[in-house]
Amino acid sequence: MSDQVKIQVMRSQLGRARGMGSAKSGTHHWWAERVTAIALIPLVIWFVFAVIHLAGQPQAAVQHWVAHPVNTVLLLALVAMTFHHMQLGLQVVMEDYIHAQQWQAIAILLNKAIALFLGLLCAVSILRMAFTA
Amino acid sequence: MKDVRDALMIGHRSDGSTVRRPLSPHLQVYRPQLTSVLSIANRLSGIAISVGTLLLVWWLVASAGSPKGFAAMQGFMGSWFGLLLLFLWTGALVYHFVGGLRHLAWDAGYGYDLPQVYASGYAALAATAVLTVAIWIVGLLVWG
Repeated sequence: MSDQVKIQVMRSQLGRARGMGSAKSGTHHWWAERVTAIALIPLVIWFVFAVIHLAGQPQAAVQHWVAHPVNTVLLLALVAMTFHHMQLGLQVVMEDYIHAQQWQAIAILLNKAIALFLGLLCAVSILRMAFTA
Repeated sequence: MKDVRDALMIGHRSDGSTVRRPLSPHLQVYRPQLTSVLSIANRLSGIAISVGTLLLVWWLVASAGSPKGFAAMQGFMGSWFGLLLLFLWTGALVYHFVGGLRHLAWDAGYGYDLPQVYASGYAALAATAVLTVAIWIVGLLVWG
């Protein structure tokens, strides 16, 4: 026996090199949450002013406003960032509070599906106004 | 013990007998503090505005749809209940926005000292109140 201390860890060399831990993923989720949050800072400020501007306006005026290319693009960006950020955030809440593994998996999939559905619904509505108004 | 994690909850009294202790942090044991309350408020406001996105969806779908549907949407948003929902939605959005700025500052490594955490916490509450009311004053002036 040598006097050198040997630490035995039941972990493959590949797993150690990847450094992902038991969650099997890295910092991508956390990072994407921050990136979408930063994108939403200017978009939300713009959106608040837009909603104030459009409050009580007739439908034709709203459609005309949405059809302006700058507004179309900013609205699409807002919707994409909002629903992506929402999906990421709600998933963390589900991972923290839903303990039964199968229900957690179902909730996370439903969360993704609903976020995608609502986001696409918004996007199609925006594009419809952009190309018909 | 049903779960191996329960083993972490076993503590010892001064006489050496075992006792089942709660894991920390345990909400029922901890006195609510500004830090913990604002932390969970960030989460709750995030959940609230997630539900509130349904108003955004309805607004966009109705605006792109029939005049009848648009009138129904505008009628609801202008009703006392619709305005109440929109007001609560604005408050939750502004708080989540300001709270998010605090989190981004922390992520960048700033504002961790306890006095700074409390200062930014009270500032977040004040900013939420002021900005929410300001948005609605301007909004109602434009709308009315």
